[in-house]
Amino acid sequence: MKYQRVDTRKGTRCRVLEGGSGAPVVFFHGAGGLLADNPFLDQLAQRYHVFAPEWPGYGESTGEELLEDMLDFALHGWDVIDALGLSRPHLVGHSMGGMIAAEMACLAPRDLDKLVLVAAAGLWMDEHPIPDIFALLPFQLAELLFDDPQKGQALLTGGADLSDMEALKEFYLVSQRRLAMAGKVLFPIPNRRLSKRLYRLTAPTLILWGAADRLIVPAYAARWQALIPAARVEMVEGAAHMLAYERPEAFVRAVGGFLG
Amino acid sequence: MKFTWFNLMPWPYLPDDFRQQHRSVWVDIPNTLYDPRKGHHVYHTYLDQLEYAESLGFDGIGCNEHHQNGYGLMPSPNLIAATLSRRTSRAALCVIGNSIAGYNPPIRVAEEFAMLDVISGGRLIAGFPVGTSMDTNFCYGQIPALTRDKYREAHDMIMQAWAGEAPFAFDGKYNQLRWVNCWPKPIQKPHPPIYIPGGGSIETWDFCLDYDYNYSYLSFFGYLRGKSLLDGYWERVAKRGKDDSPYRAAFAQIICVADTDAQAEELYAEHCLYFFNRCLHIFPPFADPPGYRTMATVKYGALSQLTQARQKILENLTWKQLVEERFVIAGSPETVRQQLEECIKGLRIGHLFCLFHNGNMPDWKTRHSSKLFAEKVMPRLRDLWPEWKHDDRWWIHPMDERIRPEERRPGADKPREEWPR
Repeated sequence: MKYQRVDTRKGTRCRVLEGGSGAPVVFFHGAGGLLADNPFLDQLAQRYHVFAPEWPGYGESTGEELLEDMLDFALHGWDVIDALGLSRPHLVGHSMGGMIAAEMACLAPRDLDKLVLVAAAGLWMDEHPIPDIFALLPFQLAELLFDDPQKGQALLTGGADLSDMEALKEFYLVSQRRLAMAGKVLFPIPNRRLSKRLYRLTAPTLILWGAADRLIVPAYAARWQALIPAARVEMVEGAAHMLAYERPEAFVRAVGGFLG
Repeated sequence: MKFTWFNLMPWPYLPDDFRQQHRSVWVDIPNTLYDPRKGHHVYHTYLDQLEYAESLGFDGIGCNEHHQNGYGLMPSPNLIAATLSRRTSRAALCVIGNSIAGYNPPIRVAEEFAMLDVISGGRLIAGFPVGTSMDTNFCYGQIPALTRDKYREAHDMIMQAWAGEAPFAFDGKYNQLRWVNCWPKPIQKPHPPIYIPGGGSIETWDFCLDYDYNYSYLSFFGYLRGKSLLDGYWERVAKRGKDDSPYRAAFAQIICVADTDAQAEELYAEHCLYFFNRCLHIFPPFADPPGYRTMATVKYGALSQLTQARQKILENLTWKQLVEERFVIAGSPETVRQQLEECIKGLRIGHLFCLFHNGNMPDWKTRHSSKLFAEKVMPRLRDLWPEWKHDDRWWIHPMDERIRPEERRPGADKPREEWPR
């Protein structure tokens, strides 16, 4: 897969990881951004034409000051799809990316083919409060996100040696920039009242969840299903919130089986 | 020099094993540790101290805003200032201040500050902090990356409301009001002196200089560590072509005065250590959510939070360290005078926020320290800036014929003229 850049009419400049051929699939990453290696995208690209845009504030995408609230994010998602010249793509969104993809699907239900929500943020259940990702010590993140935190830690840092001051500083700056952006739709509670708009979501929808998700527990999968008329749920065993990275084969099998 | 007696109002009953048992004194501190019946005595002790400070000759008495905080019992500093406005008649009321990004709508601050200025006869100093991330983001739910933008807008609304002579519409991004019409209005014109407390965000310097507001660096880590930041500020002042009046800047310093240096340790060490060990025990992520500081400041700040150097400093503090590193200026009146002179001249400040009550210090010790300072130290530091003696741009301008409510108005029940003309 290769990186390309697109400019939206609004004025953001986005880096998009692109590869493969076939039906267009747009993958929206979560609050942590794309990682150094994204094997599940490589595997998806063997069957589909995959586009993975980075949100402004992530990677080399810029224009973060232009996006301030959920409507800005959702319209930006469509602006990128326009800029890429895609017509009725499948949308796959992970965590925060799922929250935005669902919002996009409510705004323009006829402009997408199918929707996959992967451990999506966007709903809130008082009986299952989602941990505050903005109040974590660095080492707590992997424990929350991965079924195997040790492997997860290596994935998160991309193998960088964080005992090295310069590497740590770089990691910290990048992570501050990303999460500052994510906070606009996730802070202090990741709920921007999407639930009252979900009646508009008519695209066939797959809700995909890691059975061991400790950040947004699997009870949320059932909640999504209850709110989206045309949705079905699949659980991936041996995976937590970062299921696409933890179990890429199972992830791709489920997504491929649904998109056809 | 202007000296303001400041009380953070810490909760004095945090248990000995607070650090071990709890991760943070702020935001998620268990509120079972708060006892309202004890709180009754604590508030009155602290309020009495502030009133006492006026009688000792301090120029100002100060309070601030914190939420869900074991060392700050003033979620509403305006309530504190309101009680003081009725029991004092001379000192400036320094409310440092209202974290305006968290007020909805911010006109509330314009109104309450105006009330305080009017009740006190023009003695209000109005502070507008962005607010710590603990307060503004984690306790009051504001989005970190938008906090500064919202702060600016709230500031604009308040200042326009004070300046406005007719109702106007305010079409903000975060606040829309069709009828802005501040009533009452402050006595001090064009507005009360405005202080901007900063913890180290470099954007704040320019903001202060854009409007000629006072920059107040509120640190608990003393003037030796405060120096590099204030040097940066004064460099900016020079670059912007502003005069270098020391009254542009204020600094907060913990001070303990006793008859001798040894007695200072004996009297105050345990209470200062209580403050540093328990009151400043803050879960690091609460202090630095992504987006709260701008990338410019994050880069400038050289990872101070990340390295957790600050937390480490706090782990095994001793009195010796506190004094040597000047987190605390403590000792005989002469020792304190010498070090404060170094502090005031080194930082080039015209306003000193003096922290005499620290941690769980009992009332009598607080008063003892304050009295020694007022009698033996303050007079000898008064005239450190002779060339700026007449610069009152950052000080209160009370009305002359103001009422002194604490004098009980003898003869008030006799028939007399109706209202002043």
